[in-house]
Amino acid sequence: MNDHLILRVVGKFLIPYVMLFGLYVQFHGDFGPGGGFQAGVIFASGFVIYTLLFGLRSTQQIVSEGFLRVISASGVLIYAGVGVASMLMGGEFLNYNVLAANPIAGQHIGIMVIEFGVGLTVASTMTLLLMMFAERGLPS
Amino acid sequence: MVLEHLIDISLLVFLAVISVALLRIKDLFAAVMIFGIYSLTSASLFMVLAAADVAFTEAAVGAGISTILMLATLSITGREEKTIERKFKLLPLLIVSITGAVLLYGIRDLPPFGDAGNPAQVHVAPRYIEQSPVETDVPNIVTSVLASYRGFDTLGEVVVIFTAGLGVALIIGRRRRLPSKKEASSHE
Repeated sequence: MNDHLILRVVGKFLIPYVMLFGLYVQFHGDFGPGGGFQAGVIFASGFVIYTLLFGLRSTQQIVSEGFLRVISASGVLIYAGVGVASMLMGGEFLNYNVLAANPIAGQHIGIMVIEFGVGLTVASTMTLLLMMFAERGLPS
Repeated sequence: MVLEHLIDISLLVFLAVISVALLRIKDLFAAVMIFGIYSLTSASLFMVLAAADVAFTEAAVGAGISTILMLATLSITGREEKTIERKFKLLPLLIVSITGAVLLYGIRDLPPFGDAGNPAQVHVAPRYIEQSPVETDVPNIVTSVLASYRGFDTLGEVVVIFTAGLGVALIIGRRRRLPSKKEASSHE
């Protein structure tokens, strides 16, 4: 899309705000609509816009597929790790009450951390899906 | 109230029109775009139903990411649908009509829409509404239910997303290394 000057300029302008909004949805999910899943998708759509405008090769220079795979798996591990941590601290699997001295504080920590894990997995998997499809479409 | 119904009805009519258009269109590129419009209209409908979280997801995933993925697929497969000759077949029509009739009959047993006495409203929902601010102190009850009360479900969903990515990676991720001539001949 080298000839779409207006799209490129507007896209460049738009991408930071899309990602900022993703982060807002991620960390504001306790108070407003949203959460890790929505935030992950919004964050990934920043990469999608970038890939559409500047091509797959430019995106690959920012994040490699291997890195995204690691992030994708680590999100799941963070989530499950919270469950294991709560078991080690004497509660049931994913019982956040035991994560801190105060059950409410434990709930806050637990929800924050697992939402972060969800966001990581969703954002990286969505970006990875796009990159793999786009790689296939390129002439070899 | 009247205005709300008007919005509901027009959005639902939009959905019906879009579905028919989607069925009739031959150009796959246009079909993908119409899919995106369908998702966006659904998102508006969820918004009218005050389900902001679902509307969010539908707009981002349905209208955004999946449209892009389908476009990426089209770039691999080509954008014209293969034409098949249309023949009238009685049996499929019969099956569809009977199933539709049964479903319409089943609608009579559904509880009235939005009624406070519906099973969905009297089971665990009151417990969440009353206790979630006390137990988790999270203002957004949707988040507290998804992340805390049903944390195990959500863990399953995350694993599903991860597995989906893994599956795609295994199928199309890396180009298969072409066997060199030596290996190919040794297999024969």
